[in-house]
Amino acid sequence: MRTELRGLRRSLLHLVLAVIAALYVSPLVYMAVTSVKTREAAGSTTPQWIPHPATVGAYGEILGSTDFPAVTWFLNSLAAATGHAVLVLVTAAPAAYALARLDFRGRGVMFTVIVATLFVPPVVLLVPNFLIVNELAWVDSLPAVVVPAAAGAFGVFFLRQFFTALPGELEEAAELDGCNRWQTFTRVVLPLAKPALVTLFVLSFLSNWNDFLWPLFVLLSPESLTLPAGLGNFQSANNIRYDLLMAGAMIASVPVLLLYLVAQRWIIEGISRSGLKG
Amino acid sequence: MSVPAGAGTAARDPGSPAGAGTAGSPGAAASPGAARVRRMRPWTPWAFLAPYLLLFAVFMVLPIGFGFWTSLHEWDINVPAKPFVGLSNYAELFDPSSVDGSRFWTAMKATGIFTVFSVPLLIVLPLLVALLMNGRFRGRNLYRAVYFAPYVLGVAVVGLLWRFLLDGNIGLVNHYLGLDVQWTTDLPWAWVALVGVTVWWTLGLNSVIFLAGLQDIPRELYEAAMVDGAGARHRFRSITLPGLRPVTLFVVNSTILASANMFGQSYLITVGAPADQTKTAIYLIAETGLRQFDMGTASAMSFVLAAFLMVASGLVFGAFRNRQAR
Repeated sequence: MRTELRGLRRSLLHLVLAVIAALYVSPLVYMAVTSVKTREAAGSTTPQWIPHPATVGAYGEILGSTDFPAVTWFLNSLAAATGHAVLVLVTAAPAAYALARLDFRGRGVMFTVIVATLFVPPVVLLVPNFLIVNELAWVDSLPAVVVPAAAGAFGVFFLRQFFTALPGELEEAAELDGCNRWQTFTRVVLPLAKPALVTLFVLSFLSNWNDFLWPLFVLLSPESLTLPAGLGNFQSANNIRYDLLMAGAMIASVPVLLLYLVAQRWIIEGISRSGLKG
Repeated sequence: MSVPAGAGTAARDPGSPAGAGTAGSPGAAASPGAARVRRMRPWTPWAFLAPYLLLFAVFMVLPIGFGFWTSLHEWDINVPAKPFVGLSNYAELFDPSSVDGSRFWTAMKATGIFTVFSVPLLIVLPLLVALLMNGRFRGRNLYRAVYFAPYVLGVAVVGLLWRFLLDGNIGLVNHYLGLDVQWTTDLPWAWVALVGVTVWWTLGLNSVIFLAGLQDIPRELYEAAMVDGAGARHRFRSITLPGLRPVTLFVVNSTILASANMFGQSYLITVGAPADQTKTAIYLIAETGLRQFDMGTASAMSFVLAAFLMVASGLVFGAFRNRQAR
């Protein structure tokens, strides 16, 4: 009797979760469906979940359109997100290693200062960083969306936690073997830290790929925009062409959804743990 | 990985702190080479730190001071003269009858409304979802992935998609609810839309954080409570909630900060309508500073907003500490 009741409760839980989950993803499904509709069907007042006729016309139209240089924006986004993620790894990893494993005067103070900036509200940096980027003549170019965000303390903080937890024996062995600090770092520590490095790469890539406000204001000409900024501008000009807008949204979504499918575990673990383990 | 020769020496002396030198450890060969590798040149750590510190100095430390300096000037990127005006940018913001002042407080009010309505929903609903998913059952990881999926999409896609779904004439939302509501231009519906979209978008984020917290609570605590005959409600109040306290502090604080920084939803879904009532503080700051190039005023606005955010964080930390002390 009890087990029967538990079985019933369990199926009810499944039912509830399944219904919510279906409702939850339906907007995304409708985005995909609408992107392969004709202009008329996309603007119809009655929802149509199965497009007939299905067409890739919207994709063709935006790919051939000068208002919506989707290929250029896609490549800009790809270059910016990859460049940003690489820059974060290349700068944060050695810094985190020094803060975690090397003994030097001022280490505690340095770490405290870096971590303290995690509490600086980002809005404070908006205007001055625009002025600095302008001074560097980076406005309207990729470095503006690649470099400044890499100054954030998150990567250093994240990797330092990982490096601190590594056992010291292998490092000591490498040094007795004659490795200098840099060799120990690149040949022993980095290979051990691969899971953390991959997680940080994916998180940095995602955050840059999806960044909206900064590129919207710091990139100006149509050919230098990233996808989110391009979509934002494009919407104001094409309010009623939902087939085009949904096709554009799909182009911005598919790469991150694929990345999410592949790296789901790392993304979720990285995000859910990063703020908590002090 | 091959174990390098000499590893045995290190293994026999695991307690020696890095950089302590080998002189004291009797097992180490007294060759000059062994002593050399343990010494570190004083600039070595700084060489490791240098690339990051360069970025950190230019785009983190410098702008904090530079932003405040800007806020004390009448600063337009295109105008060579940037006269020092002291605190008058701030004084203007605190004068609600001035143009900037009235715009600013309308935007602060919008930010406040959004934060007050979105934060409780973004605490309670994700906690419920996390509790539902905390049991062991098949498909749990699939549900977790589904609820988290919208969050990886970014606000540009989310805003565009919901602008479409909330369209007053052809949107699915009106169709299925049988309503005739202008979600993007009428109050209070615009707030319902903005809060609702944000909950849909970010609920999964807070859920997985709560879920991680729930799974850190030792199972033995629950088992012991069951042996003592504690009911489900009692277990929730005396084990789950206290166990989640640090996680909840983090979620509350980060959700308040994220809500107070809301920009994309307003920009894409309501465009600030009606009459700038849904134009948030960040939206106004970005527009004032980066579109109209009134950077002194925008900087002053950002420091006032930042002060509010820091006070809010302080209150959250204080509230959690007091409860812990009791």
